[in-house]
Amino acid sequence: MAELAKFIDVTKCTGCRGCQVACKQWNGLEAIKTTFSGSYENPPTMGGETWTKVRFFEAEDNGKVRFLFRKTQCMHCTEASCAAVCAAGAIKKDDKGMVVLDQNKCVGCKNCVLACPFGAVGFSEKTGTSGKCRMCVDRIDNGMEPACVKTCPTGAVQMGDREQILKQAKERIDFLKSSGVNAQIYGENELGGLHVIYVLDDKPEVYGLPVNPQVATANLFGSWVSALVGAGVMLIAPFWLMFKDPGKDVSETHDTGVK
Amino acid sequence: MTNSWTDLQNTDCALILGGNPAENHPMSFKWLTQAREKRGAKIIHIDPRFTRTSSKADIYARLRPGTDIVFMGGMFNYILQNNLYNKEYVLNFTNAAVVIVPEYKFEDGLFSGYDPAKRKYSNDSWKYQKDANDKTVTDPTLQNPLCVLNIMKKHYSRYDIDTVCRVTGMAKEDFLNIVKTYAATAAKDKSGVIMYAMGTTQHTVGSQNVRADAILQLLLGNVGIPGGGVAAMRGESNVQGSTDYALLFHLIPGYLNCPKTIPGNATLAAYNETETVKTSYWVNKPKFLVSYLKAMWGPKATAENEFAYHYLPKYDATKNYSFIALFEALAKGVIKGMFAFGMNPSVGGPNTAVEAKAMENLDWLVAVDLFETETAAFWKAPGVDPKTVNTEVFMLPACGSYEKEGSISTSGRMAQWRWKAVEPKGEAQSDLEIIHQLALKMKAAYAKSAKPEDAPIRDLFWNFGDGHECDIDKVVREINGYETATGKLMATFGKLMDDGSTCSGNWIYSGMYPAEGKNLLQRRDSKDTKGNIGIYANWAFAWPVNRRIIYNRASADPAGVPWSKDKAVIWWDPLALDAATGVAGKWVGYDVPDFKPTTAPDAVDGVFTGNRPFIMRPDGLGGLFANMNEGPLPEHYEPWDTPLAKNPFSSKMLNPVVKVWRPDEKGTPDKYPIVATTYRVCEHWQTGIMTRNTPWLAELFPTMFIEIGEELAEEKGIKNSDKVVVESARGKIECHAMVTKRFKPYEIDGKTVHIIGMPWHYGYQGIATGAIANYLTPHIGDGNTMIPEYKAFLVNVRRAG
Amino acid sequence: MDMVNLSRRSFLKLSGMTGLGVILGDSIFDLSAIAAQVKTFKIRSAKATPTICPYCSCGCGLLAYTENGQLINLEGDPDNPVNQGSLCSKGASIYQLYVNDRRLTKPLYRAPGATEWVEKDWDWMLDKIVEKVKATRDKNFTLKQTVDDPKTGTKIDVITNRTDAIASLGGAGLDNEECYLLHKLMRGLGIVYLEHQARI
Repeated sequence: MAELAKFIDVTKCTGCRGCQVACKQWNGLEAIKTTFSGSYENPPTMGGETWTKVRFFEAEDNGKVRFLFRKTQCMHCTEASCAAVCAAGAIKKDDKGMVVLDQNKCVGCKNCVLACPFGAVGFSEKTGTSGKCRMCVDRIDNGMEPACVKTCPTGAVQMGDREQILKQAKERIDFLKSSGVNAQIYGENELGGLHVIYVLDDKPEVYGLPVNPQVATANLFGSWVSALVGAGVMLIAPFWLMFKDPGKDVSETHDTGVK
Repeated sequence: MTNSWTDLQNTDCALILGGNPAENHPMSFKWLTQAREKRGAKIIHIDPRFTRTSSKADIYARLRPGTDIVFMGGMFNYILQNNLYNKEYVLNFTNAAVVIVPEYKFEDGLFSGYDPAKRKYSNDSWKYQKDANDKTVTDPTLQNPLCVLNIMKKHYSRYDIDTVCRVTGMAKEDFLNIVKTYAATAAKDKSGVIMYAMGTTQHTVGSQNVRADAILQLLLGNVGIPGGGVAAMRGESNVQGSTDYALLFHLIPGYLNCPKTIPGNATLAAYNETETVKTSYWVNKPKFLVSYLKAMWGPKATAENEFAYHYLPKYDATKNYSFIALFEALAKGVIKGMFAFGMNPSVGGPNTAVEAKAMENLDWLVAVDLFETETAAFWKAPGVDPKTVNTEVFMLPACGSYEKEGSISTSGRMAQWRWKAVEPKGEAQSDLEIIHQLALKMKAAYAKSAKPEDAPIRDLFWNFGDGHECDIDKVVREINGYETATGKLMATFGKLMDDGSTCSGNWIYSGMYPAEGKNLLQRRDSKDTKGNIGIYANWAFAWPVNRRIIYNRASADPAGVPWSKDKAVIWWDPLALDAATGVAGKWVGYDVPDFKPTTAPDAVDGVFTGNRPFIMRPDGLGGLFANMNEGPLPEHYEPWDTPLAKNPFSSKMLNPVVKVWRPDEKGTPDKYPIVATTYRVCEHWQTGIMTRNTPWLAELFPTMFIEIGEELAEEKGIKNSDKVVVESARGKIECHAMVTKRFKPYEIDGKTVHIIGMPWHYGYQGIATGAIANYLTPHIGDGNTMIPEYKAFLVNVRRAG
Repeated sequence: MDMVNLSRRSFLKLSGMTGLGVILGDSIFDLSAIAAQVKTFKIRSAKATPTICPYCSCGCGLLAYTENGQLINLEGDPDNPVNQGSLCSKGASIYQLYVNDRRLTKPLYRAPGATEWVEKDWDWMLDKIVEKVKATRDKNFTLKQTVDDPKTGTKIDVITNRTDAIASLGGAGLDNEECYLLHKLMRGLGIVYLEHQARI
């Protein structure tokens, strides 16, 4: 069966955060008690109760101000480091490319939280487990779009067959380029191909995305990791540190919303 | 809105001025995005600050708060001087060629007829010239210097690009880019829409700001066509409906004037004589009024008692009763008791600390809401000793929107039904039930009174059930109207009568329930209808008579042929047979014609002239020149609080007709050099009483903040997230600072002027709490509507502590 | 609710633009690894009731999903032409207007000078309100007013039937039928300080 992918076109996003709330509504996620963040962006990080959120950035070129929005969420990586480091085998990829976390199996070791190169996995104190976007597989299974896709007013978030999404993204890039926009695609090849495909109108780093994310686990999905997991080592030793390039951690650029 | 939300898909250019639809009317961007994809539409956003709407605009330009007329005057000037207007439309469908009386003058910011003592105009010198036969004089050659177009040309010649940019702070290239882009919609096959909200209206010149929008749309031929019109984006889910239903002192339902104490309103006959314009569709007003009176007082409204006309209260014509005046009366102790149905003036009112203090004069207050509002809790507000407040307060728990059934009307005048999904929360009751029970109990309290002053309430026709439950179906029927003798439902308001044989609680909604079993508000056929232009004629019901694009006669040329195929709505089909008469010739098309269906383009038929589309106007023409309290053309005056020492356009600083309530509470730039403006964000709504109590939304914007530019922040030593004190001539508040690139200093008349902005959603109740922005805003309103000037005032800012 | 005609699209709808339609069907994909909680489709046997968003004036449609009288989900109505299923953050949050422990659930009364609310029953409250309104109205009623008639140069009496001592605010959050009844009752009482959000 063909793989699925989500399409996020930042050039159409108005930053209304309908997706952020619709996700909480459908998935029964609690509100976070936040404080003033200095920007429109809140909560400050993804978490066990926040599986998607809109990031806000400001830029200025030649006196021209830009206000940029990017919906962020689990990218459903082909080379999913969260699945690789999961101590309990609670994170699995399916044949559609979706990376799904089973909270019933999760033991709360947080390895996945730390391993994710996109900061997209969080930990819920309420449930004692990790949490992240599961692409609303329950909805897809029943013929409905994911909650965020359905709610998006402008069609900036869509869902479909990955090949078709890529085609659509490329057409959009061509169109934007023809009108002078520095458009680019993100997610086609990163980490073996993401199942969230972005159309950006600027460099990925402007949108807080890691350039060419190098997840060390990619080469190390070997049996020895499983062996360590099996031996319970992963439960105590944060092996993710070996694999992670801290410079690419999006959480460090989080505050770029307002500088 | 003249058109609808779904009609935005047809636009070639959206000029968003005084609004932030990406945040406050997010679904508009579904349709604007489609217009962009399908037609290559352009989006222009003009706003003092760079918002989420600006981020999606093709052209963004900033403008100093309170200078909209300067910008629009500049547009008029450029368009008129360069002949960019739609000549055929302007000549045929507007009063451009009408000649004004020679007494008309405009000098130094004042039109002729001003009485400075009364701060009022006499409009005798703003009239059309009449010939010996009492016919309006026109000059279709546009040579007469007194014809409207030439008066406009002269008036707006003062609004040259340099002056416009010097006063608004807009960059010249931005101005030229905008005027050229938007004026391109004058082409017959193009349309442009102006989208506005409270950024336009909440000024001492708010009504003239809106007038300017209408003038621009008429000049470019954008009224009555798909993707055109003026989109007043209304702020609340049913503020369109609540306005239609006349919860305003000066109105009764369907935009009829509420009677007042003038001789011309002393009797029903006098009212009809005074209020009825006999040369427009309003000639039917007496039918609407009598049908309304029959709905109000049923069988007690008879020909003998002028259909109970005197039961309607008449307000004192020498007084104003609007919101600001109401709170001034409260402060003086005139008002002893007050209801607040889902309204929270202690957060939303201007200069609200004064307003909350005034409420202490109340003997009693009834508040009806889902959550405990700041208004209901005013007696225990921070800093108030409850023991000193003697007001009795009744807080009634109300149902939420899906705990009851009923209809609400969108900005596009479309009334949609909401069904009941769950039982009311706790003991909450719907406002319908609450009002119903109050009415029954009130009527019972007066049932035995024989006093004449008690007759209006004693005799009030209340036929919605005798028990606790209010029969909503009966309410809808009464609004729609029926034959009083038979109960037969009215098919349209065209059948209403002035002899008491029909009733209708609100004529503009008549036809929503045209026959038994047909409550059209409940229609759910989601397929688009003829033409596929977003009419959706079988979804719910839009007033009037399910028309989705009003003034749509103007979509066809004087001969009845659409200006362009792409912009067709209705047209004259000489061969179409009228079913009723069997006569050939009829207006047909995609929408319900806003015209008499059988009046040919070259015919004159009663109040209809076949080639004059604006049937509610006395002359059927769009009013480029039209009388308002402060003159027939928009003219720039500075806001009450202004950073300027003089108005660059005249010696008159302030709109000459506004009422100044509190002359001492005026901000001056020596003490308060920074311009401030208030607004909403996508994640909260109005006074926040619902959204600040919603955890998922409180999470997104948890507390009060100001937005401040990097330059001003640096000057003031303010860092992002610092606590700041914001102070105006009315009061001061403390909150966080959001330092942003999106606010920039202005160069105004050679002087640097900074601006800050703040949401007005916060208060001390709820989960998300914060300082009340309206502690800072002035108690002054527009010259026509009295809407407060929330959008332009002066403050100073410093770091707290 | 019998009158409501919900299309199948209301319940099952996928974006036709992106090609997801091709995988529609009962056997979309089998996620053996996915937990039972994920597989449980919470609105499978729920009843959908159409409503309209209570916030801005776009008039977006929503479907309130209930099961055994309990609200279990609230999301955009795909049939509504205005929003076609979409919602902004406010619209997407209105589930919490009901599932919310901060809602007022009982009438509250505050006596003059009191420092706290006390709970009262509805009848007590409504009776007391009627008593207050009647007392204020009766004491402050203007039956007629003498005005100048410039046409004749004389003075005439105009029947006014109003009270300036009572004000009514609000209505933009009410349904049309409620606005109509509110107008009707207030005008019937002779109230002229009748205002609401449209003015501000």
